[in-house]
Amino acid sequence: MLDLTYELPKPKVIAGAKHDWELVIGMEVHAQVSSKAKLFSGASTKFGNEPNSNVSFVDAAMPGMLPVINEYCVEQAVRTGLGLKAEINLWSAFDRKNYFYPDLPQGYQISQLYHPIVGEGEVLVELGDGTARNVRVERIHMEQDAGKSIHDMDPNMSFVDLNRTGVCLMEIVSRPDIRGPEEAAAYIAKLRQIMRYLGTCDGNMQNGNLRADVNVSICLPGAYEKYQETQDFSHLGTRCEIKNMNSMRFIQQAIEVEARRQIAIVEGGGKVDQETRLYDPDKGETRSMRSKEEAHDYRYFPDPDLLPLEIEQDWVDGIAASLPELPDEKKARFIGDFGLSDYDASVLTADVESAAYFEAVAEGRNGKLAANWVINELFGRLKKDEDKTITDSPVSPVQLGGIIDLISSDAISGKIAKDLFEIVYTEGGDPAEIVEARGMKQVTDTGAIETALDEIIAANPAQVEKAKVNPKLAGWFVGQVMKATGGKANPKAVNELVAKKLGG
Amino acid sequence: MSDLNKLGLAEARDALRKGETTSVELTEACLKAIDAADALNAFVHKTPEIALERAKAADARIQEGEAPAMCGLPVGIKDLFCTKGVASQAASKILDGFKPEYESTVSQQLADAGAVMLGKLNMDEFAMGSSNETSAYGNAVSPWRRGNDDAQLTPGGSSGGSASAVAADLCLAATGTDTGGSIRQPAAFTGTVGIKPTYGRCSRWGVVAFASSLDQAGPMTKSVRDAAIMLEAMCGHDPKDSTSAELAVPNFEAMLTGDIKGKKIGIPKEYRMEGMPAEIEKLWADGTEMLKAAGAEIVDISLPHTKYALPAYYVIAPAEASSNLARYDGVRYGNRAVLEAGDGITEMYEKSRAAGFGQEVQRRVMIGTYVLSAGFYDAYYNRARRVRALIKRDFEEVFAAGVDAILTPATPSAAFGLGEMIDADPVQMYLNDVFTVTVNLAGLPGIAVPAGLDTQGLPLGLQLIGRPWEEGDLLNTAYALESAAGFVAKPGKWW
Repeated sequence: MLDLTYELPKPKVIAGAKHDWELVIGMEVHAQVSSKAKLFSGASTKFGNEPNSNVSFVDAAMPGMLPVINEYCVEQAVRTGLGLKAEINLWSAFDRKNYFYPDLPQGYQISQLYHPIVGEGEVLVELGDGTARNVRVERIHMEQDAGKSIHDMDPNMSFVDLNRTGVCLMEIVSRPDIRGPEEAAAYIAKLRQIMRYLGTCDGNMQNGNLRADVNVSICLPGAYEKYQETQDFSHLGTRCEIKNMNSMRFIQQAIEVEARRQIAIVEGGGKVDQETRLYDPDKGETRSMRSKEEAHDYRYFPDPDLLPLEIEQDWVDGIAASLPELPDEKKARFIGDFGLSDYDASVLTADVESAAYFEAVAEGRNGKLAANWVINELFGRLKKDEDKTITDSPVSPVQLGGIIDLISSDAISGKIAKDLFEIVYTEGGDPAEIVEARGMKQVTDTGAIETALDEIIAANPAQVEKAKVNPKLAGWFVGQVMKATGGKANPKAVNELVAKKLGG
Repeated sequence: MSDLNKLGLAEARDALRKGETTSVELTEACLKAIDAADALNAFVHKTPEIALERAKAADARIQEGEAPAMCGLPVGIKDLFCTKGVASQAASKILDGFKPEYESTVSQQLADAGAVMLGKLNMDEFAMGSSNETSAYGNAVSPWRRGNDDAQLTPGGSSGGSASAVAADLCLAATGTDTGGSIRQPAAFTGTVGIKPTYGRCSRWGVVAFASSLDQAGPMTKSVRDAAIMLEAMCGHDPKDSTSAELAVPNFEAMLTGDIKGKKIGIPKEYRMEGMPAEIEKLWADGTEMLKAAGAEIVDISLPHTKYALPAYYVIAPAEASSNLARYDGVRYGNRAVLEAGDGITEMYEKSRAAGFGQEVQRRVMIGTYVLSAGFYDAYYNRARRVRALIKRDFEEVFAAGVDAILTPATPSAAFGLGEMIDADPVQMYLNDVFTVTVNLAGLPGIAVPAGLDTQGLPLGLQLIGRPWEEGDLLNTAYALESAAGFVAKPGKWW
């Protein structure tokens, strides 16, 4: 495997009225575990069902109901931890986070404050410009999602949908290692990519299956390095937490807006209050969610309904052995085995389906040629076709491989190949048969090309004279020959003949 | 047969199998006794239709010769157990009219064993209380009286309705629950037997939670044998309760040999409280002698952290309760306060909970909220948890030294009068649990056995504490004590 090395990206710097300021960002990413049933009940997790149809007695917190852990959710959390190269805690425990809200029927959320299932890990975040940063993950814990409160259906009433109540979330907590809005987006994108590879979270941000609380603070240049040396937070500014963001674009906007707000406060001689805020994308501002007086005291304590969660190393090892190849490894292998550029390898490993498609095409063929065809022709065509994804591709890897084989064997020209691709894309069929049936085969028979060229030379004596003076005009003859042969002439052979006849 | 309601489980079972009576007859006798005992306010929801239907089904099973352990035996169910389609409101206004769509595991197991449910029994609200006076239904009354004094006495709490009903022969037996002594104290106050099994023996699924790490269900019966029969039907592993133990349930009744020769019985010196009534002292000494006479070896033991048990309990139990009771918010079921224009969600919570919870429940929710609050958590909750671990270790060390069971008084006094404690400091009421809470904190099995009467003719009970999961052995020791004590007194009928 290649050892990819990267330069560190530069932290985002915002010029204030008095100083330059740097950003320091930490994130709590909430990823909904892909599972059929909820974390502590057998109710379905299916999205989009009728309101309050995925609700068991446990989810509705009926009297006397008790939670029972869903082992599959534990497995998914462990798998995610392993995917982030994190420490797996064989002993973890659940705590109750107490607060009142109608979409929280128990009056507490079962979470893991004191003993999370996953400890420290690491995520390589590439910025796409050859720079990358290792963002440290502090922990991952499992917790219940809340339901949904709906306030805009009736002027006097609020409604509650408990379908989501009790669905398993993984909260992935990073260290404050992220240094700018783009890095924040890249970090989430990377987490999303890894979890989609692992099959532990579908990463659907629109449905709220992946969302983030973003902690933002500002500091003067140099202060962050002191923090990194000492891990002493006093070198950093007071952070504010922007809650519940589920759009990459808004996350980036919110970070920038929040940083500027803090800079204005500090430069104006004020102090930033540690608080939770909400981003309003319409107004382009962050707002305090609640005053200090309203701050929650969550009264965390160990959930007495659940025994500590003890798992066996053998079980963890079994999960580890079943992990798929992860994006970083796959990318390195694509670069090493197929000679791809960093960029092409990144594009092709963005999701596991694209990577698998590419590998099926590249198998036994020229990797770079395969990459070009997958990225430029296929991805480009899919994008134009109502933003289809690779899983919707009407062209199978076998078909695309067939087209590439026809190019490699000089049976068709690159230009014809594009026409052929379009036919296969829209009509389907075996590329070789199509080429045969429609007479698209490249003419490499120099006799036929020569006849065509001779006719053109005979018909255009003036052009011939000019070309002898100006060799650049040879291209005109090449074009004429291609036209005369319906594009099927082997361009290489035509070039050679034109050069010979005119230059000779 | 006459006075069928006065039978115990074992006697009735044997009579049923011999064909001397039927479940319908037994059930009708109980229903009649219940209807005549409204003054005791023990049964708060009567279910005669369900009872007779189950009795008929039981008689059919008995006829077919495939009667399970409790087939045809009429019992009462504490209101804390959720019973499908039958009001289950933990004696609280906040659950007014609540009829669950599900049946608790314990009451289901009893039904599966053929038991006949007569109705739901009074209790302290959410099982918080020691006198049954916190019940939203009004208190249950003990069938016992002090001599000719007609002052009404408490049946104890929280399982006061269960104790009163069993003592007054309104049913053959009843379910109770015990978080800090709620089975054993009322049993002791009413001359009945009550066992709290090891934590994890009985499923908590479908039982309204008070303090999850302490709550256990158990039977309240007229004899130790009955307790063995009913406990066996109630307990067993339940995958729906994560704290339920995956252990086989032995045949407890078969373990009642009465032979305790060579058993080592510990007498803990820390349970000899200052100011303990002489009658209790004497009862304890008598009980010790009885066990000795039955061949047990008596040893003095020390459980040094006992004095911290009550304070630790009154931190841990309210802490868990404050969280467990958060679900009673008026949003989905139970009582929602009538709101005024402009009231929002906060007002809905505040008004619903203020109106729905009684004073004692509110007090404990507030204590629990306080001890879990930021800044107080370590000083109260965490310290109480450490105390709990030490109390558990005290017992483990004693058992490791070969002690088989520990004998203590069950309560610091006989039953007190209803209303007598109304103006007292709540801590006075909490002192009722002084001998029983250690057992819940350590998760051990404990049983109260009637052992004598005080000078006013009120029953007094002794408590035996056993090794974890050894209820069979504990029941056998209790059986020996019961036999030696020969307690046969019954309350004179005045209701």
